[in-house]
Amino acid sequence: MAELAAVVGIGQTKYQTKHKTVSIAGLVRDAALKALQDAELTWDDIDAVIVGKAPDMFEGMIMPELYLTDALGCNGKPMLRVHTAGSVGGSTAIVAASYVQSGMFKRILTVTYEKQSESNAMWALSNAQPFSVHLNAGAGGFFAPIIREYMRRTKAPSDAGIKVAVKDRLHGARNPLAHLQLPNITMKEVEESPMLWEPLRFLESCPSSDGACAMVIANEELAAQSPKKPAWIRGAAMRSEPTMYAGREEVSPQAGIDCAKDVYAQAGISNPRKDLDCAEVYVPFSWYEPMWLENLGFAEKGEGWKLTLEGATSLDDKGDIPWNCSGGVLCSNPIGASGMIRFAEAARQVRGDAGNHQVDGAKLALGHAYGGGAQFYAMWVVGSEKA
Amino acid sequence: MSDANKEALEPITGIESPVYLDYNFTAGQATARYLTKVKEGKLVGQRCPSCRNVYIPPRGACAACGVATTEEVELSNKATVQSFTIVHIPIPGNPIKPPYVIANLVPDGANISFLHLLSECKNEDVRIGMRVEAQWKDASEWTYAMENIKYFTPIDEPDVPAEEIGRLKDA
Repeated sequence: MAELAAVVGIGQTKYQTKHKTVSIAGLVRDAALKALQDAELTWDDIDAVIVGKAPDMFEGMIMPELYLTDALGCNGKPMLRVHTAGSVGGSTAIVAASYVQSGMFKRILTVTYEKQSESNAMWALSNAQPFSVHLNAGAGGFFAPIIREYMRRTKAPSDAGIKVAVKDRLHGARNPLAHLQLPNITMKEVEESPMLWEPLRFLESCPSSDGACAMVIANEELAAQSPKKPAWIRGAAMRSEPTMYAGREEVSPQAGIDCAKDVYAQAGISNPRKDLDCAEVYVPFSWYEPMWLENLGFAEKGEGWKLTLEGATSLDDKGDIPWNCSGGVLCSNPIGASGMIRFAEAARQVRGDAGNHQVDGAKLALGHAYGGGAQFYAMWVVGSEKA
Repeated sequence: MSDANKEALEPITGIESPVYLDYNFTAGQATARYLTKVKEGKLVGQRCPSCRNVYIPPRGACAACGVATTEEVELSNKATVQSFTIVHIPIPGNPIKPPYVIANLVPDGANISFLHLLSECKNEDVRIGMRVEAQWKDASEWTYAMENIKYFTPIDEPDVPAEEIGRLKDA
């Protein structure tokens, strides 16, 4: 039986278009120091550091972990870098948690980041491949046809995507760390925003952000001594599948379904909509909310968009299962950190420490990340109680 | 303070430092065969001996079954639109001017889609299930690349029901 582990410290930078006055090293150190402060710990209390970021092509800095050892206090300590594309923030947290659960380390600092202002993600995700025509149009170009197929199958009205774009921005307006601050956004404004990758509009897409997110994860004994309430890790799971194979279900990939089943079984969840109090789910394009509502078992197949339109996922509509109370990826997208922000925001909720976007009395929350061609999944469930 | 020191205090908030990437692609048997045939103006795929699905471009193995693919299958110039997007923003490093349609196309005889351009049609007429055909460049321009096909254009054939696109006939 694995040991219990818990999140005892969380640190996030402000998410914004450009952090002009700090280097990448400064950015990660800022988040790391805030996590240590939150846990009332110092560098000496950390046994190992697990760092993650999205593809090196983004900033063009190959193996950035080599240069970050110093900023992250790794001198004389084990350090490991994780990479699973956009889901890396989630899988990095899970790798860190696994080392604590295994008993290998007692207390770990885990940090993820992206500095998109120094990067060109659109270029990095549009590389020519020698066996296909050079038409890869960034992440939106890849996901838009899949979204179109979801809309065809479910006959969902275009309002559903627009509603998510508004809802998550209203959530983000409650979170001072969120990049986009659009407290007055309207359905009309989203609908009239320019098409980027039809059917995806500008305001239905995530921004490009700079930022870093860090957590301190400790074993049961140390977490019990923590000055602030720990968020107990009740389940963690990862799954992968190839990007392309004949007969692949792209709208609701099997790896996502399997990953959710695994993490729910560990956390004793039989009905995610009822048993969970809230969820932080990786939704970089508005339509991925209804799609993941189905993939993660919150709604029946073909019905996800109805939950969205009913306001079930909205804090402002007093929905029963708020999704992305922090504003989600649609408000802040430092790609490598985006998954960890989901995991950390789930933990903030069950610690009762989510400020103005707190779900009253949240006891059990899901953190979710996906990446690559929707081929990598990482999820955890955190709780205010150990079991 | 000397002038030299004053100069050094000018803030530097960023310098451009481009990264270039050139690499040699080792195609392997399956993809080399595919690229060789593309240079001759033909599309070939490979059939999985286990699930019978036909892959294009063939990569030498079926990612679903985890087995090697060896049986070569010549594919048609005709294809069906599995899905598509109309791109309104430019692709970095690509001269195509937006808005343009990129479609996930399943060539007749294959069970997986590849991306290509749709053209000589109204963007608003493009739909899932639409039948299209490859328009090859002049043979003198053919090389080891899918750019040998300029783009696909609609043909006057009935749409394929969405549930059947890319599915094995006997499945």
